[in-house]
Amino acid sequence: MLGFLIQRLLQAAVVMLVISALVFIGVFAIGNPIDVLISPDATQQIRLDTIARYGLDQPLWRQYLAFLERLLHGDFGRSFVYNMPVLELILSRLPATFELALAAVLGATLIGVPLGMFAGYRPEHPLARIAMGVSVLGFSVPTFWIGLVLILTFAVWLPWLPAGSRGATVSVLGVGWSFLTVEGLRHLLLPALNLSLFKLAMMMRLARAGTREVMLTDMVKFARASGQSEWTILRRHVLRLISIPIVTVFGLEFGSTLAFAVVTETIFSWPGVGKLIIDSIQSLDRPVMVAYLMLVALLFILINLTVDVVYALLDPRLRTRNR
Amino acid sequence: MKPAATPAAQFWEEFRESKVALVALAVVVAVAAAALAAPLFAPQDPYDIAKLVLADARRPPGHVGSAGYVHWLGTDAQGRDLFSAILYGLRISVQIGVAAGAIAFTLGATLGTTAAFVGGRVESLIMRTVDLQLSFPAILLALVLSAVLGQGKAQLIVALVTAQYAYFARTAHGAATAERVKDYVEAALSTPLPVRTVVFRHILPNCMPPLIVVATLQVANSIALEATLSFLGLGLPVTEPSLGMLIANGFQYLLSGRYWISIYPGVALIVLIVAINLVGDRIRDQLNPKLRR
Repeated sequence: MLGFLIQRLLQAAVVMLVISALVFIGVFAIGNPIDVLISPDATQQIRLDTIARYGLDQPLWRQYLAFLERLLHGDFGRSFVYNMPVLELILSRLPATFELALAAVLGATLIGVPLGMFAGYRPEHPLARIAMGVSVLGFSVPTFWIGLVLILTFAVWLPWLPAGSRGATVSVLGVGWSFLTVEGLRHLLLPALNLSLFKLAMMMRLARAGTREVMLTDMVKFARASGQSEWTILRRHVLRLISIPIVTVFGLEFGSTLAFAVVTETIFSWPGVGKLIIDSIQSLDRPVMVAYLMLVALLFILINLTVDVVYALLDPRLRTRNR
Repeated sequence: MKPAATPAAQFWEEFRESKVALVALAVVVAVAAAALAAPLFAPQDPYDIAKLVLADARRPPGHVGSAGYVHWLGTDAQGRDLFSAILYGLRISVQIGVAAGAIAFTLGATLGTTAAFVGGRVESLIMRTVDLQLSFPAILLALVLSAVLGQGKAQLIVALVTAQYAYFARTAHGAATAERVKDYVEAALSTPLPVRTVVFRHILPNCMPPLIVVATLQVANSIALEATLSFLGLGLPVTEPSLGMLIANGFQYLLSGRYWISIYPGVALIVLIVAINLVGDRIRDQLNPKLRR
């Protein structure tokens, strides 16, 4: 097991190194940030000073090595646009994205699992059919368009909810949160709903497939024979059995929700990391782009590593088969 | 079913049994035809600036424009007939989706079958890379790539292909691994045919059914991805106005209630994507041995 763990950690480190090189080279190919940083009527001296300050006069491989060294010290450089340390900038935006993603995934689970279980328990019921039909839409329709329809419906035609931004936040532990006030919740509702629809469709399908399978097993027959009510069977037995794949997917999806938030945050001007990265791409703020990509890569590699290790713990065959 | 029917005709007979899939197929064909023949159908060439009249800008659906015909879906901020703009936008979206799908198909199928056939280090290198890529969300990869490569049709197709070939490679690898151990492969290899011919002329055709399913779904996916990227301002340049860009342009007018500029292009997009997905689902069900009668 220790050998397996070391091997996987080494693999993860190599992958991170490759990704860092790809990201660095890729991002540096975009264009000349000097044009963005320095106004056209600046003096030659200011130009040279700025170039030297950001290390843009060095050869590319030197810039990369310097970047790698700083990376290992947890220093991602300074944002060209915001003129503050990138790590600080991203960390200050992270709670907003985190809150949004968590609300979306939680909402999708809390609504999707009961609906999916119902659809699996009574597959012929009209409500179940409607729910499954809607889930097809949740899979096919692009997130950004659903966001527009939500804004149009609930912010323009029915002026119930705000169309964008985050509203006032309450500071807890030095971080601003929206979900603690009614105003904040009103701002959170539409973006969270938008982000959750895809996950909702997936949770429904998972819960439905699982429930249909479990309902056919002998276990359910015996539970019925022992006189338990249908409600108890669903809640105590079926839910417990189908929760294993659901929890796995919940964990995996949380990572991809953070990535998908890019679209939702842009539409609802939610001040999170996703909006930050789109803004940085448009203003060629390279340190922010590089740092964001590295952090996302790290996040996904950690998630995959955890999944691998947990599966290896659960299934001894995976430990011996590795090469 | 007639006994003499070819496999293709049999497949079609079976496909026709699902009314939903038949309607979806008709929609796909109609939309694709309308998009490709857009210059013939569209009441206006939306990108001929001489034909645009600013007095017609942002008119609601049904408005009779100064050119004398009805703008059934309204006009946008430049006075462009939205119906024409949607047809031209669909054209670009379909082109990009099909091109990206076809290239990803070729690349992925080649990589996947090669990996399955060669085995060893080559196989583990290719499939490890594919697995790694599949663990990242496709939208993120496409986003990063189009940010790095810049705007343009070719760049966008490269980004979409890179984000999607892995699905084809995975599928082809699975199917080819199963085919490889069968007797007919053994027999073909014992003849003096070059290995390349055996891989691509004997094994690959037998891996086609699952690949076709993936292909239909991935074309729909690349159309949606392209729209998303163009909406975020990262996909196509302004000179290639796809549906995503039409939607993005209408976004700022949405809050003042001029819904049609954003909503109708979106409806066109969704009708197309849902129809392609329904056709793909039907083909998948038909090819799934578990559901076969």
